[in-house]
Amino acid sequence: MAMVPTPARSGEAAARAARVRRNWLLATPALALLLLAASGPLLVVFVYSVLAPAEYSGVVWKLSGEGWFKVVFHRDIFDETIGLADAHLTIFWRSASISLLTTAIALFLGFPTAYFIATRPPRQRTLWLFLVTIPFWTNLLIRTFAIMEVVRNQGILNSWLMAAGLIDEPIQILYTDTAVLIGMVYVYLPLMVLPLYAAMERLDFRLVEAAYDLYASRWRVLTRVIVPLVKPGIVAGSILVFIPSLGAYVTPRVLGGGKNMMISNLIELQFGEGRNWPLGAALSMTLLAFVMLALLFYVRNMSRIERRG
Amino acid sequence: MQGATGRAGASIDGDRAVTERVMVEARAVSKHFGGGDQIVKALDAVSVGIREGEFFTLLGPSGCGKTTLLRLIAGFEHPTGGAILLDGADISGLPPYKRPVNTVFQSYALFPHLTVAQNIGFGLQMLGRSKSEIAATVDEMLRMVRMEAMRDRQTAQLSGGQQQRVALARALAPRPKVLLLDEPLSALDLKLRKEMQVELKRLQHETGITFVFVTHDQGEALAMSDRIAVMSEGRILQVGSPHEIYEHPADHFVASFIGETNFLTAAVDGIEAGQVRLRLGGALETVARLPDGMTPGATVTVVVRPEHLRIAAAGAEQGLAATISDVVYLGTDTHYHLRLADGDELFARVQNRPEGGDGWQVGDAVAAIFPPSAVRVLRG
Repeated sequence: MAMVPTPARSGEAAARAARVRRNWLLATPALALLLLAASGPLLVVFVYSVLAPAEYSGVVWKLSGEGWFKVVFHRDIFDETIGLADAHLTIFWRSASISLLTTAIALFLGFPTAYFIATRPPRQRTLWLFLVTIPFWTNLLIRTFAIMEVVRNQGILNSWLMAAGLIDEPIQILYTDTAVLIGMVYVYLPLMVLPLYAAMERLDFRLVEAAYDLYASRWRVLTRVIVPLVKPGIVAGSILVFIPSLGAYVTPRVLGGGKNMMISNLIELQFGEGRNWPLGAALSMTLLAFVMLALLFYVRNMSRIERRG
Repeated sequence: MQGATGRAGASIDGDRAVTERVMVEARAVSKHFGGGDQIVKALDAVSVGIREGEFFTLLGPSGCGKTTLLRLIAGFEHPTGGAILLDGADISGLPPYKRPVNTVFQSYALFPHLTVAQNIGFGLQMLGRSKSEIAATVDEMLRMVRMEAMRDRQTAQLSGGQQQRVALARALAPRPKVLLLDEPLSALDLKLRKEMQVELKRLQHETGITFVFVTHDQGEALAMSDRIAVMSEGRILQVGSPHEIYEHPADHFVASFIGETNFLTAAVDGIEAGQVRLRLGGALETVARLPDGMTPGATVTVVVRPEHLRIAAAGAEQGLAATISDVVYLGTDTHYHLRLADGDELFARVQNRPEGGDGWQVGDAVAAIFPPSAVRVLRG
C-alpha cells in the first residue's frame, strides 16, 4: 500500500523529473564540447600509439606494439639485443622528482603565505589575494624568461651574491635542474596558495584557541589541529601543482636548456626530430596514466575526508 | 585537587567546599583595544578576588567587559595594565597552554576531526599523560557527563546539548584549577538550559573546581552562583551573593539589570543611627536603612521590588493613593500597573492564589502599600 503514490507526491515527482530534464538540456552544450575536445583527441593519440611509425613522420596504418615497447625498452640497432631505455627512465625519474620537489617546496612556501592571508582582516585579504594572482596576468613564456634573467650567470641573483661577497664567481644555475625547479615553483606557487587559503579561510580559529587552552604548544596546534583541518586544501593544492608540473613543457625547455628534459620535452622530441609518432603517443598516454594515478589519490583522499566530516 | 571525589556525595548547599582562599585575583586589570583616538577601554582597572571552590559569575550586558576578563584569565588576551594572579602566582605573561585553567567556549569549539573520546583526551594528551591514564580519565569524564554511549562518535553527529557535555568533559578532564565558562548555555533551548544549569551545579560540587561563569542572563546568574560580579562598561559595580545583589543593589544599574524594580525619588526628612526618614510621593512617611558611609542630600533614589509592593483598598494605612492603569495576567502572578497622584508609574507583582485574586480592575482607586523593609536606598 505504501507503493501507491498519492496524487500530490506524483505531481511533485513529475515536477522534479522535468527539472532534471531541463538541467540536462542546459548542460548539453558544455558536455558535448568536453566530449569532443577531450575524448576525441585522446582517442586519436591512443590509436597512434598502437600503429607503426612512418619513415619521415606520421604513422602507417599497421597495428604495432613498438611504440609502447620503446617507452621503457631499448633495442640495439646492430644486434637487436633488448635493454632498458635508460634515457627515458632518467627523464621519467627527473619529471617525477622535480614535480614532487616543486610540490613540496610550494607547500612549504605556500602554507605560511596562505595562513598569513587568512589571518588578515577581511578587507586586506582581497588585496593579498590580488597580489598572489598578479603573475597569472603575464604569459608563462615571458615569466619564464624573467626567471632566466634572475638565475643566469650575469643575472640578478649571481650579481647580488657576488656583491655581497658570498661567492667569488657566478654559480651555474641556468640550464640545470635547479633552474627548472626554481622556475616551476615560481610558476605554480599561486596554485598552491589559493586552495590552501580557501581551506584556511573556512578554518574556525576558535578551535585554535581551544587547542591552546588545552595545553597544546604552537607546534602541536599546527600539527594536531590546523593541518588536519586544512588537509583538503593541502591535498587540492598539491594536486594542482603536481599535475601541471609533471606535464611542464615551457619551463624545462627554457630553463633546462633542452638538455634536462622532462616527459613533455621527450614527447615533443618524438613528434619532431625523433619522427616517431607512435612512441610520442605512447609516452603521452604514459604521462596521462601518471596524472590519473595522482587524481585517483586525490579523489580517494577527498571522499575519506568527506565521509568523516 | 584529588580531594574532589570525597565531596561527591555531599550535594546539599550547607556543605560547600568554598574556602576563603583566593584562587583567581585581578589586580587593577585594564584592557584597551585599538589605538590613537579609537581606544576602547574594555576593562578599566578592575579588581576582584575569586575564591577557591566557588561558583563565581560575571554578569552584565554585552560589551560590559565580562568576556574580556574571562579571556584575560584564560590567557587569550594580555592585560594593558594590572596583573592576573592564579593561586597567588602572577600569570599575566603566560600563554594559555601554560595556565592550569580550561575554558568551555560559547561555540563549544569541539575538534571536528576527532571523536568524542579523542576530544576529551586532547588536553591530557598534550600534557603528556600515559595512554592508560588518559583512557581512564576519559571514561570517568564520559560517565560524569553521562555520555558513555557516545564515546566513539564524531562530534558533528551530536546535538547541541550533547556537544555541550563533551565540551565540559574536555575542559574538566585535565583537572584545571579554574574552569572558565563563556556563556555556555546561550545556544541551548530553554528546557535544555534549565537541565544544564542543574548539571553544571552538580559537576561543580562533584569536582570541587572553581568555576568562573560568564552570562548576560540574570536569572541564570541568580540560580547558579555562589557570588556574582555585576559589570558594566568595563567596571565591576557590585560583588556579592545572589541574595545581596538582588535585595541590596549598590546602584541604579545593578537594581535595574537584576530583576524588575520600581524607582522612586524620596525626600529626606532626617537621619538617625544609620537610618533615614523618608517621605514618598510627598505624603507617605517611612524609614529605610542607609547604605554604609552614605550622606544623602535633600532627596535619594529608592527602589521597591514589585513583589514587595502590596495593593489595598483606597485609604489604607501606610499607603499611597494610586489608580490601577493596567492589569497583566501571567499565570503564576498578575502584574498591576499603578499611577500615583503625582504621575509616577509603579508596578506590583501579586502571586495568584487558588482561591482567586483580589480582582482589581483598571481604573480602580487603590492604595499602594510600602512595607518599611521593602524600601531600599540607592547609593548612586
